[in-house]
Amino acid sequence: MTPPSVSTIDGNEAVARVAYRLSDVIALYPITPATPMGEWSDAWASAGARNLWGTVPAVVEMQSEGGAAGAIHGALQTGALATTFTASQGLLLMLPNLVKIAGELTPFVLHVAARSLAAQGLSIFGDHSDVMAARGTGFAMLCAASVQEAQDFALIAHAATLEARIPFLHFFDGFRTSHEIAKIALLPDEVVRAMIDEERVREHRARALSPDHPVLRGTAQNPDVYFQARETVNPFYAAGPGIVQRAMDRFAGMTGREYRLFEYHGAPDAERVIVLMGSGCEAAHETVDALVVRNEKVGVLKVRLYRPFDVEAFSAALPKTVQSIAVLDRAKEPGSAGEPLYLDCVSALHEWGRGEVRVVGGRYGLSSKEFTPAMVKAVFGNLAQAQPRRHFTIGICDDVGGTSLDYDPSFSVEAADVFRAAFYGLGSDGTVGANKDTIKIIGEETENFAQGYFVYDSKKAGSVTVSHLRFGPRPIRATYLVSQAQFVGCHQPFFLERFDVLERAAPGAIFLLNTPFPPVRVWERIPEPAQRAIRDKRLKFFVIDASAVARTCGMGGRINTVMQVCFFSVSGVLPHDESIAAIKNSIRKTYAKKGAPIVQMNLEAVDQALAHLHQVAVPAQIGSEVELRPAVPDEAPVFVREVLGPMIAGHGDELPVSALPCDGTYPTGTSRWEKRNLAVEVPVWDADICIQCAKCVIVCPHAVIRAKAYDAAVLTGAPTTFKTTDARLPEWKGMQFTLQIAVEDCTGCGICVDVCPVRNKREARLKAINMQPQPPLRESERANWDFFLAIPDMDRRLIHTDHVRQQQVQRPLFEFSGACAGCGETPYLKLLTQLFGDRLLVANATGCSSIYGGNLPTTPWSQDAVGRGPAWSNSLFEDNAEFGLGFRVSLDKQAEFARELLHLLAPQLGEANCAQILDARQSDEAEIFDQRERVAELKHRLSKIESDDARRLLAVADTLVRKSVWVVGGDGWAYDIGYGGLDHVLASGANVKVLVLDTEVYSNTGGQCSKSTPRAAVAKFASGGKHGGKKDLGLMAMTYGHVYVASVAMGAKDEHTLRAFLEAESYNGPSLIIAYSHCIAHGINLTTAMQNQQAAVRSGQWLLYRHDPRRAARGENPLQLDSAAPRMKVQEYLQLENRFRMLEQSNPDEAGALFELAQQDADTRWALYQYLAARPGLSARELPAENKP
Amino acid sequence: MNLATSYLGLNLRTPLVPSASPLSEDLDNLRRMEDAGASAIVMHSLFEEQIRHESQTLHHHLTHGADSFAEALSYFPEAEEFHFRPDRYVQHLAKAKEALGIPVIASLNCTSFGSWTTFAREFQQAGADAIELNIYSIPTDPELTAEEIETSYLTIVASVKAQVNIPIAVKLSPFFTNFAHFAGRVVENGADGLVLFNRFYQPDIDLESLTISPTILLSTPIAMRLPMRWIAILHGRLNASLAATSGIHRGSDALKMLMAGADVTMLCSVLLRRGIGHLAEIEREMREWMAAHDYESVEQLKGSLSQRNCPDSAAFERAQYMRALAIERSIQT
Repeated sequence: MTPPSVSTIDGNEAVARVAYRLSDVIALYPITPATPMGEWSDAWASAGARNLWGTVPAVVEMQSEGGAAGAIHGALQTGALATTFTASQGLLLMLPNLVKIAGELTPFVLHVAARSLAAQGLSIFGDHSDVMAARGTGFAMLCAASVQEAQDFALIAHAATLEARIPFLHFFDGFRTSHEIAKIALLPDEVVRAMIDEERVREHRARALSPDHPVLRGTAQNPDVYFQARETVNPFYAAGPGIVQRAMDRFAGMTGREYRLFEYHGAPDAERVIVLMGSGCEAAHETVDALVVRNEKVGVLKVRLYRPFDVEAFSAALPKTVQSIAVLDRAKEPGSAGEPLYLDCVSALHEWGRGEVRVVGGRYGLSSKEFTPAMVKAVFGNLAQAQPRRHFTIGICDDVGGTSLDYDPSFSVEAADVFRAAFYGLGSDGTVGANKDTIKIIGEETENFAQGYFVYDSKKAGSVTVSHLRFGPRPIRATYLVSQAQFVGCHQPFFLERFDVLERAAPGAIFLLNTPFPPVRVWERIPEPAQRAIRDKRLKFFVIDASAVARTCGMGGRINTVMQVCFFSVSGVLPHDESIAAIKNSIRKTYAKKGAPIVQMNLEAVDQALAHLHQVAVPAQIGSEVELRPAVPDEAPVFVREVLGPMIAGHGDELPVSALPCDGTYPTGTSRWEKRNLAVEVPVWDADICIQCAKCVIVCPHAVIRAKAYDAAVLTGAPTTFKTTDARLPEWKGMQFTLQIAVEDCTGCGICVDVCPVRNKREARLKAINMQPQPPLRESERANWDFFLAIPDMDRRLIHTDHVRQQQVQRPLFEFSGACAGCGETPYLKLLTQLFGDRLLVANATGCSSIYGGNLPTTPWSQDAVGRGPAWSNSLFEDNAEFGLGFRVSLDKQAEFARELLHLLAPQLGEANCAQILDARQSDEAEIFDQRERVAELKHRLSKIESDDARRLLAVADTLVRKSVWVVGGDGWAYDIGYGGLDHVLASGANVKVLVLDTEVYSNTGGQCSKSTPRAAVAKFASGGKHGGKKDLGLMAMTYGHVYVASVAMGAKDEHTLRAFLEAESYNGPSLIIAYSHCIAHGINLTTAMQNQQAAVRSGQWLLYRHDPRRAARGENPLQLDSAAPRMKVQEYLQLENRFRMLEQSNPDEAGALFELAQQDADTRWALYQYLAARPGLSARELPAENKP
Repeated sequence: MNLATSYLGLNLRTPLVPSASPLSEDLDNLRRMEDAGASAIVMHSLFEEQIRHESQTLHHHLTHGADSFAEALSYFPEAEEFHFRPDRYVQHLAKAKEALGIPVIASLNCTSFGSWTTFAREFQQAGADAIELNIYSIPTDPELTAEEIETSYLTIVASVKAQVNIPIAVKLSPFFTNFAHFAGRVVENGADGLVLFNRFYQPDIDLESLTISPTILLSTPIAMRLPMRWIAILHGRLNASLAATSGIHRGSDALKMLMAGADVTMLCSVLLRRGIGHLAEIEREMREWMAAHDYESVEQLKGSLSQRNCPDSAAFERAQYMRALAIERSIQT
């Protein structure tokens, strides 16, 4: 056997490399953490890579996981070898098809990066909740515990399914395995080919549907035979485990890697055994090794083939000496007698006559919660008890149910010859990329094994990354984070002020800090806790001004290469010269395709880094100039201080069960307490030249620029640096005006400066708002911000909302989100909350907006001065329109009930008062205000009436005040997965407002193509450029006639956007606003992104229009085309954005053809809309009474 | 009548050569130029700045936001390879060579010495008959000396020359302390010809937006006076071809340049303004004038009014127009 070639890859790539080679048809739909498997497949197909049989697989993106499963089902039925990839809710959407595929005994492998299910909250992280929900489908379930196994089991599953005819669900832990980078032995084509029985492939094809030998499959069966027919498959399931084991044995013969259906590891005479599956097996394995050395009679049984569950093989795999077993489930099934694996084990032991073995069940590792040797040891400890705790949890503190086992976190089994390193970086500084490269260098150019695992932030702007790397002479089984690192790299100096970077440093470790301060000055510039850690742990302390070196080399903020060189230089993991040569070699390989200038600047950075690296002599004394601030201020509400605060500080793992809401309900208005101080530079207002147009306010994606007009009297006690000037609007004559910036919440995107129309007459480079360094402004502007907030908001009844400059003084109730700096979606949401926030309910589809809007710890959805504000919820990705419709129907029904009760109670409440409430129009702020007053009075009166009806009315009285229901989501939802529901809701005529934040791509999962993606754009799943045109969602909605539809682009015409929002909300029927939202996935400079919006409109690539059924009712043409005729070529616009430009670089000929078609698209669209808008109005239509002219 | 001339050792049917412009980005335009009588073509320029910018922009956008957020570790698919501007340029060059029967001169536009000069070799491999090296920089650093600037130019010329064995022409600006001396050093460092002069992009101010406006100014016939003077001065003094560019809009303009000593006359603005077909009109005007004035060939008139051969050689040295002198001359004649 020749030694296999090795590579350092992650689990997703390892699996995709096998699945791709063994498939004719691959159906895709993005879902974290399985998305990369689809991305690899699409990229390979686009590059013309062939499968095992020499043909390029057909890769098709579908509109949902349900669609992918349907397409796969069809492909299988017609004889293709097919595969797909999914996770979590995506797997749930596939379930109906999976049952069918299994029921029809169809060979197929579904690869799942197992992930939590959305319950009290969504989680993208790993556990077995999803796959456990699929255990009744009839699929075989094969579980891999490591990257190597994920690759190997992918092949074993593909081989076994052909013989067994049972479809396979091959799964591995999301993130821990799917995203872990490890050195593995790759499977060469010869092995893959040898594992596949071509005769079985022919048999599969022979069973295909064909009019040449027609059959009927998918009948409807009656009570007489369904049951019997269901039992026909039993022999296949009985044979399944044997087939899998034989496949494993064949595989072992070719690769030397042996696997068993149930694999026992530990003392042959073990008395205590842990049973589990997935990556936790690895941690248990190495812990058992450590305990057995101490003569503990323990072992671990790794479950590989979970379905069909081979009772005999399970029982046979257990040592005869075993007395007690802990079955660990990485899932929770509330209300059950136990979690699924536990129940299977109990049942198996009883059936196999080993009922004397004591079995306890426990839960661990939900949502990628750490599972460490310390926890494994605690589980063994529990088994040693006379009365071990049943249905325990491990890894958390359950102070409510008392289920949790205590454990000693200091227990470690890490071997001395394994090098461990932790790196703290920013997403934007390239730390993760450098570490992936380091793993590759060490893993592929030395005998060492290597492992990398990366922890990311829940924020998109200024996100922190922590890289955990291990290198050692043996395969690394540590499936948990590094805790005792011999090397800690802190790539941004301010991290030391925000969290305990040195917590993971082992005594005597090396600490490398990127700092602008020279070695002689750096000590007093680091906080005291860090100084103590360095001194007390006797760390070797090195510094470099990596940011300066990177800037010198033209690399901007990307310090990756500089820090990588320093790591190799001071860590000693490789001989110095060897490591530098390896880095340079890697740079040439990695960057060659991006062009010589990139290679050159990185090579220069290598040499420069070494020249600027210094060791610091650690002083004995402690004393720092840096003052640490608490994660949240003392004046924050209790819940924020005690629950959200620890999450912000990175100590969420330490929160007990009792700290958390039991139903997933959290307070709003919490982002204001999380001062992130991300911006290097922030906008500064020049009151003297500002024309108070408020354009900077409306575009600010993070709501950090606020405008207020107020009475001069409130300025008493203003900080000396607080800026104010005379209000310029005639309506505000005599008032003062302030534009205030929240510098601690600003991300420094600079969009505000870009849109400012004013130039300083003496120095034209300056505008009325200009970027300046943040640190010198931080203290003064913090005080100014607090003072500004205390100025009363203008009475909403007095604000004319039909012009941006006045409307923008409305308080935003969406602020300081975790969205990307310069996000194109959030300005629309902010506007929505300014206009209607105090009566707003939002149904938010899963996606970017649900993440920056609802990802813990804090939320940007906020409240006004009296505590009103948007009520927000996320149901799923696919059902959002229906979810919102549910809001509407519910509110309307309750309002109707309230009105009925009001009629009943009118004699007691006063007929006139009730009539006023019942007849209120509530068409503007003043009328809504009055209705609120009336309802408040009503509730006061009701509280004094002792009757059931009064109490009932009290419970629903608030629904008498008008509510605005908005359904919000991205184009992935509106155009693809949720389109069916959206269409239904629009058709229903219900008073539901829909805001589509159209980024023309699945932004949240990293830029996959949607049906909104324009022709010629390069996106994931459309690597070769999208061939089809963009779906015209607005036109489709207009065909109903009764739907208000607007297409807007704030950067092109903000007043138009404002008008559309006002009109949409005022229409008593369904409204759809499609909002062009620039996005990081467009490959543009987000600072000037509003100019891209302008270019999109100027070129006719994006149209501005409003379609208002009320106009049709008046006999006018309902469509108003608000764009001017295109004034630039589409190609000029396309070349502004990397998503299009990239096609010119990857496939110039294709780009030329598609760009031409894109121009035709724009021309055709313009001609059509011009025609539609120019038609005379038709006869008046019937509209809801409220909308009649 | 024989309009043939020799430039960079290339024998050309006429001295009319379209210079580097966006027109040559389109293969059909190149064919139309040949059809209209172009004797050779200088391709549009491959800009060092663009090479750098394109590479850095792509790198920036492929890495911006990457490895930051668990659900989106990147925002673009990995392409197998990228065809940067040099690749596309070389492909276009090869297609042009295949499509045309006249010499094709590749154009490389650079501001500094760098590894990108190796692209010259790829031009040669793609079939370029010669390379025009367009060196320019606006020295805004007050610390930079004239000697440093000139040395950097010469380094670039020598480095490109070292890459290829086809002729290279160097397109220069007139802004050197002693242009004639510098021109000689450029030739010593490997230039087979000089193209006079490069017209820099000259920004304008937009009064409404208070911004610098990037409008492009096309040349007018008046622009030909400067190169004409220096061609007249250099003619016969350098062992190199001379190409005249700037302001050549009519047959008479071309004739003047040839008489001053140019081997070829290059056309850009006039073709952008009046269309490629205007080339034939210029040739017709030349032929008519030469016929009317009994000239048999371009070789016959080439350099006939250079500083060496003209009746008043001091006229090319005079820096200011002197009315008195002009009157005196008119009396004498």
